[in-house]
Amino acid sequence: MKTSAFFSRTRGDSGFKRLLIHLVLIMACIVAVYPILRIFSISIRPGDSMLSTDLSIIPDNATLNSYRQVLFGDPATKRKSDFFLWLWNSLVITLTTATIGVILSSSAAYAFSRFKFHGRSAGLIFLLTTQMIPAGMLLLPLYMMLTRLKLINTYLGLIIAYSVSAVPFSIWLLKGYFDTIPPDLEEAAMIDGTSRLGAFYRVILPLSTPALAVAFLFNFTSGWSEYLVARVVLQKAAMYTWPLGIWTYAGQYTLAAGRFAAASMLLALPSMALFLYSSKWLVSGLTLGGVKG
Amino acid sequence: MISLTPKVMGSSLVTVLRFLLLIIAALALIEFVLYTLFHRRPKNLLFGLLALAVTIALILTFVRIVWPSQGLDMVRKVLIGVALVLADVGLYRMLSVPRKSTVGLAYLLLAPSLIGISALVLYPFVYNVFLAFTNMGMTTIRTYTFSIQNGLANFRSVFTGVVAHDATFWQVLGRSILWTGINVVCHLAGGMGLALLLNRNLRFKGIYRTLLVFPWAIPQTIACMSLRNEFNYQYGFVNSLVRSVGLTAIPWLTKMPWAFVAVIISNVWLGIPFMMVTLLGGLQSISPEYYEAAEIDGASKWQQFRNVTIPLIKPVTTPSIILGTVWTFNALNVIYLITQGGPQEKTDILVSSLYKAAFEFYRYGFAAAFALVIFAFLLIFSVVYIKASGGLKAAYE
Repeated sequence: MKTSAFFSRTRGDSGFKRLLIHLVLIMACIVAVYPILRIFSISIRPGDSMLSTDLSIIPDNATLNSYRQVLFGDPATKRKSDFFLWLWNSLVITLTTATIGVILSSSAAYAFSRFKFHGRSAGLIFLLTTQMIPAGMLLLPLYMMLTRLKLINTYLGLIIAYSVSAVPFSIWLLKGYFDTIPPDLEEAAMIDGTSRLGAFYRVILPLSTPALAVAFLFNFTSGWSEYLVARVVLQKAAMYTWPLGIWTYAGQYTLAAGRFAAASMLLALPSMALFLYSSKWLVSGLTLGGVKG
Repeated sequence: MISLTPKVMGSSLVTVLRFLLLIIAALALIEFVLYTLFHRRPKNLLFGLLALAVTIALILTFVRIVWPSQGLDMVRKVLIGVALVLADVGLYRMLSVPRKSTVGLAYLLLAPSLIGISALVLYPFVYNVFLAFTNMGMTTIRTYTFSIQNGLANFRSVFTGVVAHDATFWQVLGRSILWTGINVVCHLAGGMGLALLLNRNLRFKGIYRTLLVFPWAIPQTIACMSLRNEFNYQYGFVNSLVRSVGLTAIPWLTKMPWAFVAVIISNVWLGIPFMMVTLLGGLQSISPEYYEAAEIDGASKWQQFRNVTIPLIKPVTTPSIILGTVWTFNALNVIYLITQGGPQEKTDILVSSLYKAAFEFYRYGFAAAFALVIFAFLLIFSVVYIKASGGLKAAYE
């Protein structure tokens, strides 16, 4: 990082102070991570000690039985597992919405960043205003619209309902990032014979990978774990996305707790890995349109 | 019950791909029309008027004759519509000459999101305003009436009646403000504290940052559902901890004020990482020269924070405070998945009461009016805050 000069300020930190800082940070990390480790520990509990007040991470007689039940069904009750069906439904819906969302927001953000047109600041404020719409307010009209279009209980219904939900925020995010790229770069490319759109595609987009990654992530996560809209739009069990699915496990502190925890781990790990992998871009991508120069 | 087979996967992919192709085709048509409009102008006034008249005539033909006709199916109607549009654009091209436009491209780039937002945000919003003036409910879903009286009655019952089962608007409003206030202050304080600690030359800095982002990285639904279990009186780890330090277990989730404390703890835990990451980004963008200058002037660490850090990260804090406030205010997931508003709606905030009014009590007209009132509150807050802080100017000018 290029901030080394700044750190010379902390040269004066005494050993004791540094120890204190480490202690505070370790405490904070434990608070941040323990509830998640706890899901893991419930997921490997054996069936007879599901109801336990044990606080340790690795329980006695740890077993992968809950995972087996989630992935392959329960041989004792002949219940088949729907885990892969939920996962597939969720993947199809969220990947589609995230792709649509990033394409829409990056092109709009470029217009907001590089052109002075009528209604520009009004448009940006309008986008911010859409964030003030209370959750659930648009759900009822959307539900009626989808019913009329016969899209209840379909992928398309939920894709449509999700598709623009993260777009206003993504436009702000990407506009802020595009603003930090000097326009000279595109001008140079245009002198070399590309069109304006070509410059956007070949110069701006490759330079904006961090912000595009964050925007994709936001669009993806806004649908990936969404529960309340899905509950209204998808009523058939065959169409369930995973948040609806694991809700059938959650709720009681019985054997289902193990299945719930195992399913949660299986679902949380990949999405957390994706999130943490892109977290190196988070700081530079998430300047929220505020920081300049 | 359908299980996942290659056939199911194939058919779902085909559905989605067909939908995407349809969207692309529709957008291409719209962009083509817009491009012609922005990058050509009529040769003279007469031709311009002629093109306008033809366009109106074609629109009328479509709306009056093609669309209502019984003999044609949906696909044919759409195809005829597309043909009419193409014919009209073709005619306009003959009657016009090219021109150079500097902002035309901007509108072309904006059009897709504008259409999407209009159809999926603006239209539902307007429809919601319409609903607020009807008496639509479970029993009147087909026979509802639209009138000013209905609207007034809806708005009156928002302010005087109960919003879900037995909580009144004012109680829920007060609780929402308390909820938002406590959460945002804790998010800011926690996020700023951690960001300041991390913004220095520290061993294991990367590991700390990664671990601290965990509550943001875990899907919120999973976090909320499992926190709900962890606040369980008997078996949750929170009470195990409480017992292990020798206190009596706390009835989280079933008694006030503990239920409210439980949802606040959960939401603070979930929200600190976002603030930490944005504030850290802001802190790193401050040039060290400012601090050097302040140090030469003899400023203490606190004075540096107060007079250098705070003003310089304002462009980051203002939008994140607004977003944080709005997101917390709208944290329907957290409330609904952890306490479902219980016990006796004592932890409901405005948005969860709204969800209940619409989808559990089926008072559609009332819920629409209620939603408008909540929207007005958020809007007024944001306008006042933006005006007072002036921090957003740099972003949109």
